[in-house]
Amino acid sequence: MSVSIRLSYTVSSDDFTRAGEASSDVKGKLKKLGFSPDVVRRVAIVMYEGEINMVIHASGGKIEVTITEEEIEMRLMDTGPGIADIDMAMQEGYSTAPDAIRTLGFGAGMGLPNMKKYSDEMEIDTKIGVGTTVRMKVVTK
Amino acid sequence: MIVRELIASGKFAVLNEDGDKEKTITVPFCCDLLSIAMSKAPAGAAWVTVMGNVNTIAVATLAEVSAVIIAEGMAVDAFALEKAKEQGIIVLATRSPIFETANWIYRRLYE
Repeated sequence: MSVSIRLSYTVSSDDFTRAGEASSDVKGKLKKLGFSPDVVRRVAIVMYEGEINMVIHASGGKIEVTITEEEIEMRLMDTGPGIADIDMAMQEGYSTAPDAIRTLGFGAGMGLPNMKKYSDEMEIDTKIGVGTTVRMKVVTK
Repeated sequence: MIVRELIASGKFAVLNEDGDKEKTITVPFCCDLLSIAMSKAPAGAAWVTVMGNVNTIAVATLAEVSAVIIAEGMAVDAFALEKAKEQGIIVLATRSPIFETANWIYRRLYE
């Protein structure tokens, strides 16, 4: 029977100083569990992008991670403004991030495209004014 | 070349040396956009950038670079340095431009 580990994190609102802590923690745990460097790296990339998106666009949110031998599943849930045009948001270079965010080195319009590219499965469930849930999977084999 | 040798070259101001100085520098890497650096920086790279904020340190940690080099005399804020110490990310600084800095490292690695 396969063992499953569940982790949950709260991403704080507008807190760029703490953004990346959840990804860093998951990365450390996956390394200790002996997952391949490629899997660890892809999970770190998609989760960090997700965390940053939640801070920039949605005043934070919650992340749940389920780790099994076969896959790492991440659910990123926020109660932000929702994504008005997912097709546009998925295009590299398209960003609605404000200028203040760009001066920090973000807002290049690479967030969602990177999440799609480095995960094996991604689903976005979004509703204007209600929030967004992004579910991503990285398959380990 | 290992990080200790990069520090010993005397070319850089050392802003944080708490970290793994024995780590091998694989290649110089230049990028200021964090999303690109996050996905493209090779592990062990000496990352040359002008972005000296705490998010640079978060990306450096996740990408497992060997050192961060802040070029063009750009400032690094105190909180970023505090985080760098905490995460063991070595941070160096130079007034030289990004290309010159990366090229200097590249030559020492490959020539």
